[in-house]
Amino acid sequence: MATSVLRLGIPGRRWALAWIDGGSRHRSGTQPGPTSNRARGQSSVTQLSLRTAQKPRKGEHKWAAVVGLEIHAQICSNSKLFSGAQVCFAAPPNSLVSFFDASLPGTLPVLNRRCVEAAVMTGLALNCHINRKSLFDRKHYFYADLPAGYQITQQRLPIATNGHLTYSIYIRKKQSQVTTKTVRIKQIQLEQDSGKSLHDDLRSQTLIDLNRAEGQLRVDANISVHHPGEPLGVRTEVKNLNSLRFLAKAIDYEIQRQITELENGGEVLNETRSFDYKLGCTVPMRDKEGKQDYRFMPEPNLPPLVLYDATSLPSDADSQQVINIDQLRDTLPELPSATRERLVQQYGMLPEHSFALLNEVGLLEFFQNVIKETRAEPKKVTNWVLNTFLYYLKQQNLAVSESPVTAGALAELLDLLDSKAVSSAAAKQVFEELWKGQGKTAAQIVSEQQLGLMQDREALEQLCQATIDGHPQTVMDVKKRNPKAINKLIGLVRKASLSRADPTLIKEILEKKLSL
Amino acid sequence: MAMAAAATATAAHSNVVIRVRVAPSSSLRRSRSKEMWARAMWVRFRAAPDRGRGFASKASPQGQVQAAGQGTGTPSLALQGSGRVPTEKIEHLERLALVNFGSREAVARLEKAIAFAEQLQAVDTDGVEPLESVLENRCLYLRSDNVAEGNCAEELLQNSNHVVEEYFVAPPGNISLPDMVNRIPSPTAE
Repeated sequence: MATSVLRLGIPGRRWALAWIDGGSRHRSGTQPGPTSNRARGQSSVTQLSLRTAQKPRKGEHKWAAVVGLEIHAQICSNSKLFSGAQVCFAAPPNSLVSFFDASLPGTLPVLNRRCVEAAVMTGLALNCHINRKSLFDRKHYFYADLPAGYQITQQRLPIATNGHLTYSIYIRKKQSQVTTKTVRIKQIQLEQDSGKSLHDDLRSQTLIDLNRAEGQLRVDANISVHHPGEPLGVRTEVKNLNSLRFLAKAIDYEIQRQITELENGGEVLNETRSFDYKLGCTVPMRDKEGKQDYRFMPEPNLPPLVLYDATSLPSDADSQQVINIDQLRDTLPELPSATRERLVQQYGMLPEHSFALLNEVGLLEFFQNVIKETRAEPKKVTNWVLNTFLYYLKQQNLAVSESPVTAGALAELLDLLDSKAVSSAAAKQVFEELWKGQGKTAAQIVSEQQLGLMQDREALEQLCQATIDGHPQTVMDVKKRNPKAINKLIGLVRKASLSRADPTLIKEILEKKLSL
Repeated sequence: MAMAAAATATAAHSNVVIRVRVAPSSSLRRSRSKEMWARAMWVRFRAAPDRGRGFASKASPQGQVQAAGQGTGTPSLALQGSGRVPTEKIEHLERLALVNFGSREAVARLEKAIAFAEQLQAVDTDGVEPLESVLENRCLYLRSDNVAEGNCAEELLQNSNHVVEEYFVAPPGNISLPDMVNRIPSPTAE
């Protein structure tokens, strides 16, 4: 059972739990103005609380909702948090279980170094304060998938506290406008995961698999409502939320349910609810037995976890046995916010674009490869990657890795465009052809389909002249300085040239011919 | 387990006293400090249920009693003036710990144990850091992230009476006590 969970609530033996506690009833007075997230990571449980203001109803004063999220995220490691059993997805039941995981008497937890590093790095990435000393506790409850009768967690003094995460969201549905918000992270803690239970209702039995290590991310939401300025309301916990979409729905429903309940003179019970996907509502999960008492006690088998930094590191320390926070900080990859900032600075793109590039797996790398191989302007590349390339991907629901067009192919096409060998309309046609993935290069397609821009100026001049001669009425409009008329003429020439003429050049020739 | 437990009994009858030196457990590799081992005194009781002064012994069916005021935020088990534990509290404990006090005598023993532990309150701890762990001077050993265990499903499953296709089998839900039909779903339900 030694998988570790970061409780950001990331819990679990191998799970990271992040616990985000939005509205604890005992918080009084502190009204977070901007959104506040307390993240308690387990393995990284992060506690986040978000506040959203509600519209006034029936002329009464406003309601404010407080939401805390408990996020359980699995740590990426080879072996479990407290045992040397393997972490692996979809293995035969109970095959990844050591004696400790099976809670056999006499076994003891041994902490996995990698899990501690992961927790520290998560804490650093989320701007948390890393506790130099953290403690392990036992949280007791009975369930068949918890053979020890308790799970080892970090309730009293977790590994990281008081962080924050800044994120951006699109305003309404408009993809073009972005606003930033900040969420507070209460704490991050390492935690064991319990086993997996399969309920066999037919035979009235439960099948237990102690492998754990599945379900990479899990979120529980804590929700309460209150009037701004008044103490926080009673909170409920909603579990069983598997996707962001249902998380949002469940939270919205629960906020509304609580408001309705309170406005009708009822009360909100401090209970656990689950989300019924089919009905789209939350339902109570268990009998009214009162608040669960986990009887926390210090884990007697684990001394405090001590972390060091460059200044406090003992000189004779065994490097395998100490964790240096500063060293870990140096190994952190570039965080998304830094990447986005860099993209905006380096390529002059809008913040929205940087978000779009980072939101799709592999897209940033693709973009950077195109930039490397083409001499076209970065803005052009951004435009093509986000508007054309991404559009095609989404149309066919493909990942970047599945794209039939490589970065090199797009780079070549953009080079042709840049050197004015093709018009932009023709380039779109070439891209469409490239997307068919028949192995042809952009240049080949251009020559095969004769999409290249006419290089022969004289021929173009003749075409323009022919068009002028063929459309005297339009010519008259042009001479009358009708602004739309010239565009019409340009359009006619373009059609006649089968999109092989550069519009600016056409305009130039026409204007010369018509002595404008 | 590197936990020190001291138990004394004042029975007149002869007791077998074994002093055991508890070595550091295998998960804690080294300790340079002088306090390398904890001494545990084991006292074997003879029958008689009323071992007044004793801390709850391991032989008793009530299991261990947590000392009051652990600082975990749970309400202290401090007794009301009469020294009695309220019935609702007993029932609550029974549900939580899956024990059955069963008799007034057993509850009395609990109350005596609490009173014994309450003596800790008489100690002046101003300015003294709480002891969270007797292991506090030890270094927590960090294991490198290698796979070294597992793959013994067959062996483990032999421990179970009832097995279905390499799964352990448990009764459905959570049934707390035989005479209580209260089904309590898992706190961390899937």
